[in-house]
Amino acid sequence: MSKRRLLLGNEAMARGLVENGCRMATSYPGTPASEILAAVADFKLEEKLAMHVQWAVNEKIAFEIAYAGCMAGLRTAVSMKQVGLNVASDPFMSAAYMGVKGGFIVISADDPGPHSSQTEQDSRMLAMMAKVPVLDPDSPRQAKEMIATAYALSEAFRTPVMLRPTTRVCHSRQDIEVLPVVESAAVAQFDRDPARWAATPKFRHKLHLELEEKLAAIAVYAPSAPVRLNPGASGRRAVVAAGVAAAHACEILRELGIWEKLAFYQVRQPFPLHIEFIEHLLGAYRDILVLEETTGVIEMQLADRRRVKGKQSGAVPRVGELTPERIQTLLGDFAGVRSAAVRMDAAPGRRPTLCAGCPHRASFFAIKKAAPRGIYTSDIGCYTLGMNLGAVDTVLCMGAAITQAAGFYHAFRSAKKRPDIVATIGDSTFFHAGVPALIDAVVQRVKFTLVILDNRTTGMTGNQPTPASGFGACGESLDTVDIESLVRGCGVRYCRTGDPYHLKDFIALMKEAVACGRANGPAVVIARHPCLLDRMRKGEGGEFVTVEISERCDGCGYCVKNFECPALIHHTADKDHRHTTIDPLLCAGCGVCLHVCPKGSFQIKQARRGPA
Amino acid sequence: MTSSVRQQILISGVGGQGVLFVTRLLAEAAIARGLPVFTCETHGMAQRGGTVVSHLKVGDFHSPLVRAGQADGLLVLKSENLAQHAVFLKPGGWVVANAGPKEACDVPGTVFALDADRLAQETGNVKSLNLVVLGFALSVAEKMGENPGRLFCTRADIEEALAGRFKKKGKQASILLNAVRAGCDALK
Repeated sequence: MSKRRLLLGNEAMARGLVENGCRMATSYPGTPASEILAAVADFKLEEKLAMHVQWAVNEKIAFEIAYAGCMAGLRTAVSMKQVGLNVASDPFMSAAYMGVKGGFIVISADDPGPHSSQTEQDSRMLAMMAKVPVLDPDSPRQAKEMIATAYALSEAFRTPVMLRPTTRVCHSRQDIEVLPVVESAAVAQFDRDPARWAATPKFRHKLHLELEEKLAAIAVYAPSAPVRLNPGASGRRAVVAAGVAAAHACEILRELGIWEKLAFYQVRQPFPLHIEFIEHLLGAYRDILVLEETTGVIEMQLADRRRVKGKQSGAVPRVGELTPERIQTLLGDFAGVRSAAVRMDAAPGRRPTLCAGCPHRASFFAIKKAAPRGIYTSDIGCYTLGMNLGAVDTVLCMGAAITQAAGFYHAFRSAKKRPDIVATIGDSTFFHAGVPALIDAVVQRVKFTLVILDNRTTGMTGNQPTPASGFGACGESLDTVDIESLVRGCGVRYCRTGDPYHLKDFIALMKEAVACGRANGPAVVIARHPCLLDRMRKGEGGEFVTVEISERCDGCGYCVKNFECPALIHHTADKDHRHTTIDPLLCAGCGVCLHVCPKGSFQIKQARRGPA
Repeated sequence: MTSSVRQQILISGVGGQGVLFVTRLLAEAAIARGLPVFTCETHGMAQRGGTVVSHLKVGDFHSPLVRAGQADGLLVLKSENLAQHAVFLKPGGWVVANAGPKEACDVPGTVFALDADRLAQETGNVKSLNLVVLGFALSVAEKMGENPGRLFCTRADIEEALAGRFKKKGKQASILLNAVRAGCDALK
């Protein structure tokens, strides 16, 4: 029996995986892809499936584990955000040559906007580079359907298949039909074939020839071909759209009354673009408008550019999301009809900030006390928001806090005045890409201080476990890796652990570490306090207190400027009576601010247990 | 209610206020009524105390996003967002806002304002202000009668959706139902 359920796009893809016999699913969390694996884990438990579901240490590792599963003939999948695919690009490129045995889907979620990413890169470009076919869903429902298409395609041509949703697909919810799950009966079996699975360059040449033949065949594969959505429309102008831009266009064409005026095609497989479609399009239409995110991948494959308008031609904006408002203007102009799209001015809104009671805030405050004129390299996670506190100067990519600290050290090595260098990296990010970087810094005797912001979880993406957590994606018990032993194993001699909530002691520890790092080479401080949002660690945060501000407060604003806790409100309207108050709704009761005010005007009201 | 319902609503607030929860309740109410539904949410970095906005579309739609000037109604949990998101409202639309009477800014529709922070505090659960606003919106809808733009669902639908989500947590459910009731009763 089937039923309709409200599913997030990411949950819909997860449902598609379990309904289509996926036996191994792996991932590393990253917005907008994080919920895919969590939902697979939930469905596994709900349906009592014998699947392997895991959070891996990073995307490369996640990819390689799932890929080996498909080499053994099982249907498998790996999911990640688009910059995660950069990390996994090494195995991705090779896997395209070697091909698959069981179906293998690589879900790489793009983030046009960007809403929660470093770049607006288009994963379809990496698919093109790797020569891997890619499907581009327009909605949660289609994303689920495309899982079946992707597995069929993957097994028909023995190739990995990329499914490329964007934020608007991942983070939309839709009522979706949920089908019964039939457990796959496939048994793992590995057929030795070194010429394929361990191919040397000579064999790789042969594999590359095979790959080109596969791509040519995929470009005429009917189930993934473009579809004409308005067969009744006539004229010499066509709109070609893919992904969520197709969904926006579908509504807007009707609302502008031009549904019958422009031929409208949806591309489901942007690469390789179907050969017959290219010929038909260029033969039948005088003008073609291509709507796709984020790069002109479809447009590039349409050979006669003089008739094609899109990202490459400059007709469609190359930067930022293709919002429905932008598409309305583009379609109206293309059809030659007036359409008064409401202009969206970029209203600033509230800037994001660390939560009230976040232990990272205390760590950053201590870092600034210990190395006030330092260079602060940082990394990817909630703690990127330490920039609001002036304690984050650089953020490049996963793990770069440590390597950039090394780079700055080498750059300033012969300078007269050498700045203190303090790197911050989260616990999950340290495991992901920080370990090789730290080994390099030890070997090169880089004189800097590393603060591992250990909140015992992957905070930014919704509290997924880390290798130190001791449990897995389905809550199952796992072994742990201890961060301090790992740091010492990398060759670091100075490694201390402290709790940033104990601010006075922690500042003293930071000062000692910065002095040691400056003199002797890598010094590591593990700033350990659990994330307040992590339900798995509820109650581990220790005592919580109610803080009040006494009449000693002269409204100088030091706390608001240097500590930037969202629970602190600075009242400045009346110049003669500036003062600061605490918002009791937001205050978590961490009590760190007791040690922040230079005048000592914060005091404890009464002790209470547990966060608000 | 017939399947010809076609409604677009924006729910706006800041991280931690429960914008996503309200969106989800409304979407579940739509499903219970047999209506197609689409929502679109803010996740990740932007959620950390930043502006959070959800789009809700009930009826036959393809795109998950509400275009500017197309929303039938706005639910605003933080008054400062009113200025930013009023652009989504269609002329003659409705706004239900957690705001003081003076904060209602220039919008092309009718504003129903309510001090939901205070009301939530009075119910003894400050965090349920999202449901106070929702309750208020439900009674505003009731008052609007046969207006096609009015909120597609009723208080009973939302109560049912809440009861469904908190089957095993009776105490929590009654706290939340209280908040909905307080919001409903606030419309004089």
